[in-house]
Amino acid sequence: MRELLQKLAGVYGPSGNEEPIRDAIQKEIEDHVDEFYTDVMGNLIAVKKGKGGGKRVLLAAHMDQIGLMVTHIDDKGFLRFAALGGISVANSICRRVIFRNGITGVIGYETEVESWKDITLAKMYIDIGASGKEEAESQIKIGDVAVYHSPFSANNDKYMGGAMDDRAGCALLVETIKSLESTPNDLYFVFTTQEEVGLRGAKTSAYALEPDLGISVDVTITGDTPKAKPMAVSLGEGPAIKIKDASILAHPKVKELMVGTAKKHGIPYQLEILEFGGTDSGAIHLSRGGVPSGVLSIPCRYVHSDSETIDANDLKNGVKLLVKILEGEINF
Amino acid sequence: MSDLLKRLVSAKGASGNEDEVRQLIIEEITPLTHQVTVDRMGNVIGYKRGSVPGKKVMLCAHMDEVGFIITRIEENGMLKFGTIGSIDARILPSKRIRIGNEGIPGVFGIKAIHLQEPAERETAVKAKQLYIDIGAKTREEAERKVKPGDYAVFDSEMVYFGEGKVKSRALDDRAGCAALIEALKADCPFDLYACFTVQEEVGIRGAKVAAYNIKPDMALIIEGTTCSDVPGIEPQNFSTRMGMGPAISIADLSSYSNKKMVAYLIERAEKASIPYQIKESLTGGNDAGEIQRSRGGVMTSVVSIPCRYIHSPSSVMDLEDFNNTIRLVQEFLKGCEAL
Repeated sequence: MRELLQKLAGVYGPSGNEEPIRDAIQKEIEDHVDEFYTDVMGNLIAVKKGKGGGKRVLLAAHMDQIGLMVTHIDDKGFLRFAALGGISVANSICRRVIFRNGITGVIGYETEVESWKDITLAKMYIDIGASGKEEAESQIKIGDVAVYHSPFSANNDKYMGGAMDDRAGCALLVETIKSLESTPNDLYFVFTTQEEVGLRGAKTSAYALEPDLGISVDVTITGDTPKAKPMAVSLGEGPAIKIKDASILAHPKVKELMVGTAKKHGIPYQLEILEFGGTDSGAIHLSRGGVPSGVLSIPCRYVHSDSETIDANDLKNGVKLLVKILEGEINF
Repeated sequence: MSDLLKRLVSAKGASGNEDEVRQLIIEEITPLTHQVTVDRMGNVIGYKRGSVPGKKVMLCAHMDEVGFIITRIEENGMLKFGTIGSIDARILPSKRIRIGNEGIPGVFGIKAIHLQEPAERETAVKAKQLYIDIGAKTREEAERKVKPGDYAVFDSEMVYFGEGKVKSRALDDRAGCAALIEALKADCPFDLYACFTVQEEVGIRGAKVAAYNIKPDMALIIEGTTCSDVPGIEPQNFSTRMGMGPAISIADLSSYSNKKMVAYLIERAEKASIPYQIKESLTGGNDAGEIQRSRGGVMTSVVSIPCRYIHSPSSVMDLEDFNNTIRLVQEFLKGCEAL
């Protein structure tokens, strides 16, 4: 899966600007699904029909990544920006970014601040090396969005790079689509938009698809690094089955389905309780009259940085678990 | 045109208590539409039949304004209050308001500067420290005029100001309402729903049900938006600039505008030589947030009229920006078959 993940993680696609990553995912799956289309919010929906008698299952992974939107270009050609999603000061200082058209820049800050604690995003800017406003404006305009720019690398069974959140989830769904042999269930794989700015694509797609059951696949943070905030999720211990986060209490039956399937097939897993943050299932489970929903999480260190890190085996086991869940009959 | 604006800003309409402005809007749009309805949330929806079947277009401006609600009457006849919508308490002392449907005059009072401890003078005032004085000496006297639960709004007249500008209360979003009403004089090929929503300032509530009921294919939101092109603010924080034309939003905190619509608005503006600006911030939110994510999703975009000092009794707007916003919305309507 390394090749697939590396490919998807390298494609541009911040919230609201998912066109390039959508095209890339579409190319991967078009020969493996019965039907696919893009809706008004830009979600890519791929349908795999079941043999009949099964459930309508929505599987969601968000295509978008966090980004930096240009809000102002000054006389010297420096770009001021606003966060599109969870961009933090600490993860941004002197990082490299890239725009859709390939223009790269580095994030600088007003060095007159007395302490690092005083730096806010409003005191930061993107330097694209332009000699003045005119040169900058010939390459970038207000509203353009940059994303972190860092190389993908792999060692010790770990993958490191930008946008693992949530291209790892997208890769997991793509691989699931390719691996599924037969299923009684009608499967709706939704590669959602604008998750990082408020679970927006998931909301409208869940409404339109009216699923019986929803599972989203996203990364989650871990507690396995030096002096980390306590959290019982570690890299390499298996995909995590969510109990709760700030957006959802996983439906007990969905959780049992996931845990039961993992046990039955001897697939390693861990249980996840995330105190802050949420994902697409937060919107999906409240759609219309309610949708029983759960989340399959990929443990990830350094989330929302340019070097998000996941474990190769967690990803592989995530695919194995999801395939087994979907191939079986879902009774509840 | 500014007569209509003047009538609209004169009407009271704090969120949840939009009766007066709603009545006025119904009167204004009845001759311009085929049918006017009021839904259960209190949104006014003017329907104008189109000649091309297939799509539904929604125009939206919110008719509510920020305000206050009386929470308690003290022994001494002074009123305690809560705020409705986001209001900066620092601007309140000595501002005039009108309370209840009768419009009882009142003023925000605070301990006189002579009586304040030095420390008090140095900290920003909080709404809790303020009270409303309606000239009553006792609770009984006050109770004859107001009661807890009465709404209040800023009390100020619209005046012409500088060259081609107005200073007024409630420009957010009566300016949008006025522009929408004027824009209705243009023809739209598709069925058009002109929505004047309630309770935007307290959480985009009216727009949510309006969009659910109308099921539009596309929606254009018309807003009075922040304009901070004033001393002490660095250019990167202006957001919009007065006199530079209607501001088209790429995105804000509530929605990411549909790219096709944004490109189309820019194209129409350029073709008709209407000045426009791209809003230079990602802050704020508006009805687009709920409309875009209604049901299976709706194409939305936002056109804003730059207004300095919004959410105060004295917002300032350039009438050229107002007129150009009307022109842009009309251009949008006339050609929206292209979308």
